[in-house]
Amino acid sequence: MALYSDKVMDHFRNPRNVGVIEDADGVGEVGNAKCGDIMKIYLKIKDDKIDDVKFETFGCGSAIASSSMATELIKGQPVSEALKLTNQAVTEALDGLPAHKLHCSVLAEEAIKAAMKDYYDRHGIAYDESQFPACHDCEHCRI
Amino acid sequence: MTIYADNAATTRMSQTAIQAMLPYMDRIYGNPSSLHSVGQAAMEALTDARTRVAAALGAENPREITFTSGGSEADNQAIRSAALLGKRKGKTHIISTAFEHHAVLHTLKKLEKEGFTVTYLDVHENGLVTPEQVEAAITPETCLVTIMYANNEIGTIQPIRAIGAVCRKAGVLFHTDAVQAVGHIPVNVREDNIDLLSLSAHKFHGPKGVGVLYAKRGVILSSLIEGGAQERGKRAGTENLPGIMGMTAALEEAVAELPETMPKMTALRDRLIEGLREIPHGAVNGDLEHRLPGNVSFCFEGIEGESLLLLLDDAGVCASSGSACTSGSLDPSHVLLAIGRPHEVAHGSLRLTLDRDTSAEDVETIIRVTKDVVARLRAMSPVWRDLMAGKRNFVIA
Repeated sequence: MALYSDKVMDHFRNPRNVGVIEDADGVGEVGNAKCGDIMKIYLKIKDDKIDDVKFETFGCGSAIASSSMATELIKGQPVSEALKLTNQAVTEALDGLPAHKLHCSVLAEEAIKAAMKDYYDRHGIAYDESQFPACHDCEHCRI
Repeated sequence: MTIYADNAATTRMSQTAIQAMLPYMDRIYGNPSSLHSVGQAAMEALTDARTRVAAALGAENPREITFTSGGSEADNQAIRSAALLGKRKGKTHIISTAFEHHAVLHTLKKLEKEGFTVTYLDVHENGLVTPEQVEAAITPETCLVTIMYANNEIGTIQPIRAIGAVCRKAGVLFHTDAVQAVGHIPVNVREDNIDLLSLSAHKFHGPKGVGVLYAKRGVILSSLIEGGAQERGKRAGTENLPGIMGMTAALEEAVAELPETMPKMTALRDRLIEGLREIPHGAVNGDLEHRLPGNVSFCFEGIEGESLLLLLDDAGVCASSGSACTSGSLDPSHVLLAIGRPHEVAHGSLRLTLDRDTSAEDVETIIRVTKDVVARLRAMSPVWRDLMAGKRNFVIA
């Protein structure tokens, strides 16, 4: 059996929404280079919808595929829906990830949330803090 | 077409080795321990193989050759045996390096739990230890020095003969994990002052699952596997005769071809290094002069190794990396960390290991494809963007 599903390989080989939004309304960056993966999400929000989303990722195949899939899942969605994105949804949409790669989907969820939080902060929009829990104390960050 | 550039992981078996194995699967299939003629035919072949392996390694006596299941078993047995011999004399100090293969490092970690102390010598930025370091680390309690002949990731070749001489002078046993060296560069246990040496057949176009532990006469091995009198009681289990015959043929072939393969592979290696050096903010890992003929190891800033390997594979190039993601652990390669590469740079490592069949055309393809893939990954890397924007400092100039 191959390491990754066909979906993961497709999103890794042909990542959707790669790039930068220069005048983004919200930018989120998670992970660190020491651990081997960083994800950065750029959001353009219009009429309370995700009008555009781009990502840049430094990381393994599943990190790139997870970012790509996460951006696809929220693009065009109302902000309220995008906020509900979970790492499980990303993993399922990719037809699964190997157990030791699940943290990549967690990073994707966190990157999107970090960008949304940045959008709220920049625009002075009040929000419920509990929607943005602090970074999971996952093994990944304990190097 | 696939270009296989992961020969340090394993090699394709040579036709010579395959042909050498076949008779021992059907015609000469006996158990060498059996008294009857079918068994004795097998025993004759085994004796012949032992003599030939001893000759190829420069050993004095075939009795110094023990057949094992491979390099890891040989490493385990060599170190365990030397540790036990030391302990009987009250000596429980071992000297090694920080970038040994895990077959050595994990055995040493276990011994540390059992009361041994281990000094791990610094391998410097060039991936080399010096005989002076070894000499300075030896104490009256030292029972063993174990240092690899050539490193599996960065290909650096240690000054084994001089280290062996230091150990002889001090009366300390010297083991070398020569898994990456035998069949790739000249290795002679007598001239190199080696007491214990491990090798693995599949690294030089022989079969998998078979290797050798050389132990100089007088160095008493203790067995890891109990059960029978095979290998003079040092390694129980019916001998893997087809494997042993294939290994012997592969070893003789590799050693005989060294005068041809070494210069050829060295030239290709140097061309590959030259080509990959055109990629900005990349650097070779390990010394360029004291290096295996087929080893090329690089770190590229701003990218991660696993994605690099997957895209190279898509383009038909099989390689390996020391990134954490490829090992399934959280840390990148201990070898790259040992030569001082920071984590974020070690994640972007690439190892290409050639063999005697690699062509000049293959090398040009690898260079072209690697340049493309690195550029493609950097174009989507936030780390690369920050490096280029001056928000993050380059480690590799």
